[in-house]
Amino acid sequence: MHTGTLIAAFLTLCIFSFLYKDNPFYKFAEHLLVGVSVGYVLVIALNTTLMPKLLNPVFKEGRFDYIIPGILGLFMLLRFFPKYAWLSRISIALIIGAGAGVAIPATLQAKIFAQMQATMINFASVDGIIVFAGIATTLAYFFFSKEHKGWFGTSARVGTWFLMIFFGATFGYTVMSRISLLIGRMQFLLGDFLHVIK
Amino acid sequence: MLKSKITIFWLAFLLLTSTVSAAGLPVKLKAVDTPNDKGGSITLTFEDLSEDTTVVEYEILRSAMEDNSFQLVGKISSKDTKFIDNSVKDGVEYLYLLKVAKEDDVLFSAVFGPVTSGGQWFNTQRINVLLGLVICFLFILGFIIYGKRGKKLYIRPIAGLQAVDNAIGRATEMGKPILYSSGLGKMDRVATMASMNILSSVAEKTAEYNTPLIFPNYDPVVMTTAQEVVFEAYSKTGHPEAYDPDNIFFVTQSQFGYAAAVDGIMTRQLPATNLFFGTFEAEALILAETGNSVGALQIAGTDSTIQLSFFIVACDYTLIGEELFVASGYLTKDPQILGSIKGQDFLKALVVLLILIGGVAGILGWSWIVRLFSVG
Repeated sequence: MHTGTLIAAFLTLCIFSFLYKDNPFYKFAEHLLVGVSVGYVLVIALNTTLMPKLLNPVFKEGRFDYIIPGILGLFMLLRFFPKYAWLSRISIALIIGAGAGVAIPATLQAKIFAQMQATMINFASVDGIIVFAGIATTLAYFFFSKEHKGWFGTSARVGTWFLMIFFGATFGYTVMSRISLLIGRMQFLLGDFLHVIK
Repeated sequence: MLKSKITIFWLAFLLLTSTVSAAGLPVKLKAVDTPNDKGGSITLTFEDLSEDTTVVEYEILRSAMEDNSFQLVGKISSKDTKFIDNSVKDGVEYLYLLKVAKEDDVLFSAVFGPVTSGGQWFNTQRINVLLGLVICFLFILGFIIYGKRGKKLYIRPIAGLQAVDNAIGRATEMGKPILYSSGLGKMDRVATMASMNILSSVAEKTAEYNTPLIFPNYDPVVMTTAQEVVFEAYSKTGHPEAYDPDNIFFVTQSQFGYAAAVDGIMTRQLPATNLFFGTFEAEALILAETGNSVGALQIAGTDSTIQLSFFIVACDYTLIGEELFVASGYLTKDPQILGSIKGQDFLKALVVLLILIGGVAGILGWSWIVRLFSVG
């Protein structure tokens, strides 16, 4: 049997042992996974971010403007020095500001305008009316500055039905995909490892 | 010098060939800098020859003005009349030539150019998005000013948020820690920003009650932000000495590595309360199930729609989608945040109204109203 298969099977069983209770085997697998993944991510960051987006442009292409984000990155490391830790706030502010600036128009475009238009186009059909009712009542549920009483409360309650139908459907769908993952692991253990099934 | 002469000869040859082959009417070609893009692209359009059944394909040839040598940059079928050249460098002047391969002949267009590519600062196809943002901005700003002037702003009770105080109290009474997680979201996600706002309110209370707050992090930038937020909250309540930066730590950026580590922390430290606010993926149920098995009171909130169903079944309270975003306003009663929530409520009403108008307009044949929402 291949050594890799043996190690993979052992680690799979270590993780599965958590179903019984926390134990040294699970702790070993957990710490190994965390340690290996940190090392892996570090190498990925070095090869896909630090080298191609900072070191190569600066030292090979002479793009000295790239030093500015490099300095902002270094500011984050200054958290280890309490006297200069405040400098990291500049980088954090930039990340949050730029993140919000990119995310808000993109959300408006992809999630609001696109859905509004799709609803308008299909308006003259039974499906369209149901979708519109779903949108209107669900948005009524997410109306926070008005008490959910009277006709508005009824609308909000109808909205929760739509939400629950959605959650039920996604729950079933996702559980199915998780079971397929379990089947994959069992096939590995019973097939590749124990050779009980083919 | 020799290269230049060869090129001139080559161009002259092509022009002569095109004139002969097309009986004095070369194929019309036009090349322009692709509009509304970030640069690096030139769009070529040419006359429709689809009625000519002998056309096999088109070949697009390009030459930089300085190079003076035409190279093949793409081939397209005889049915197309447009080609986008995405292999150009901004600021370089290019010449283009179209070669029409026919079953029994070859046609050439006249050389078109020079044309250069460049990025545009403004995408004119997204003016509607700008207008939408301005409307959102005005609504929210208006209600923020309204709130700041001391006007009373109502916000309906949200069960999950009402339970936060009880959950912190429970941990204090039991003498156990509170475990907080913002999931896999990075700092540029709106849900993570909302999570940091909630963390601030939670940290103020844990500082007052001297209850340990444990926050394992998936992302180092989120960790740094969380440390700032918690320290500020502890300082605000007059207990900066109670702040322990070691309780807010980085774990790993591996999704299941993070889930395994947080599960381990739960089973070993047995927190009385688990708070999951942020972006969660497949690890949501793993975390919530483990938290449930150790008897923790759990409150979760996320905008990850697929994971909400798992939190609903495994947690005591769940904040659904936007409830997460209003949480900070609800917890702090800050008139500025409450004003923005009221502004957003009016925007939701506007969305429903616009869908209704657009839907009816579509039925009446006024499709231009529907097209106002198209985004290029």
